Amino acid sequence: MIVIINYGMGNINSIYHKLQKHTDNIIVTNDKVEIEKANKIILPGVGHFAKGMENIRSLGLIDILNNKVLRENTPIFGICLGMQLMTEGSEEGNAKGLGWIKGNTKLFKFDGINTDLPVPNVGWREINIIIKNEKYFKGIRSDDKFYFTHSYYINCEDKNDISSTSYYGFEFVASIKKNNIIGTQFHPEKSHIRGFDILKRFAFS
Amino acid sequence: MVSPRIIPVLLLKGEGLVKGIKFKNHRYLGDPINAVKIFNDKEVDELIFLDINANKEGRTISPELVDKLSTECYMPFSIGGGIRNIEQIKMLLGLGAEKVIINTEAVNNPNIIKEASEIFGSQSVVISVDVKKSIFGIYNVFTYSGIRKEEIKLTEYLKKIEEYGAGEIMINSIDKDGTMTGYDIDLIKIVKSILKIPLIASGGAGEFKHFKEAFLEAKVSAVAAGSMFVFIGKKRGILINYPDKDELKNIF
Repeated sequence: MIVIINYGMGNINSIYHKLQKHTDNIIVTNDKVEIEKANKIILPGVGHFAKGMENIRSLGLIDILNNKVLRENTPIFGICLGMQLMTEGSEEGNAKGLGWIKGNTKLFKFDGINTDLPVPNVGWREINIIIKNEKYFKGIRSDDKFYFTHSYYINCEDKNDISSTSYYGFEFVASIKKNNIIGTQFHPEKSHIRGFDILKRFAFS
Repeated sequence: MVSPRIIPVLLLKGEGLVKGIKFKNHRYLGDPINAVKIFNDKEVDELIFLDINANKEGRTISPELVDKLSTECYMPFSIGGGIRNIEQIKMLLGLGAEKVIINTEAVNNPNIIKEASEIFGSQSVVISVDVKKSIFGIYNVFTYSGIRKEEIKLTEYLKKIEEYGAGEIMINSIDKDGTMTGYDIDLIKIVKSILKIPLIASGGAGEFKHFKEAFLEAKVSAVAAGSMFVFIGKKRGILINYPDKDELKNIF
């Protein structure tokens, strides 16, 4: 069963309804018993890092998520804030994260760079695929664009965790892959067919 | 160079798609979901849906419709119309909209900008400002779908919106709306000169060259258009359209 974690931080419905067109075996929940049964987990999220962690904590989901992801190796897909929460912490609200990915979530700052780029970074950007032959990225062309909307980006300490990068004033992490964990800073569910294909491949392969 | 986003703005009265001129004489265009399906095929950057009757009728944009939109839109979409409090924003974002667009309530109660951007992140909060030029050449802020003239100074209001944490500002020229004669470049330049956050230019686009103008003259982050993407020809026949990939390459 595919479980979409509902911790009150947005963009769930869109992912749920779109995947529902392809399967009945999917639920949106924050119930530990249901999460326990998951063989795929999607951690979506839009919004404030500290608030997101606070919600996960107050729902009592930290232990079960750690158990599913780190011990049972259940595939998990973090989207946008959902991916950021997988890091050790964020400058947004100075909060600790889930800590599955070494590194921190940082605010876009362009000190020393001659640019007047606005923050948040909102818009369609190309990605540079680092992990070649990544199954989730099959069929993506070099000029395909994906939809980003974020003020914070993740800084991976282990560069091997980076599966693609994008560019906004400087190169930043567009997606990650570490064992059973994947994540995208962009929104696959809002990135036309090629974006949604990433989500479909995760869900159905 | 980061190209600006090109955003169709779809106006609603309840569940139906409409379009007018200068915020008046709205004509029924059809079912928004059909339009979305066409915009999916055209791979549009983003969609904006505004219910222009919501405020008047004391409701928000239809949650049932937003629910359907989130199932059908394979691109980000923003929604507005009658949004007055955090609970409504939470519900509408929860249904799958990327951003909420607040207009009238941001004037009546600017704290909603602060609260919403703190809770949902500034990238989820767009403040829309409707502007009309007076006969003395002064840009006045209007609310309630262009009905009420506000006694606030545009520049001060814009600064406040940014200071309170909005992620983007959408500026609409009421005078230019639906005319397809080009954006009010003076207005957009003034607004851009005040802001650091992304600016969406709206009101008046009729041709690709208008997009280019707004981008080159005022460095806007996005250009929005209504009539241009729903009408074709001088008689304004209804046809949902959007530039294809090759056309897009040559716009900016």
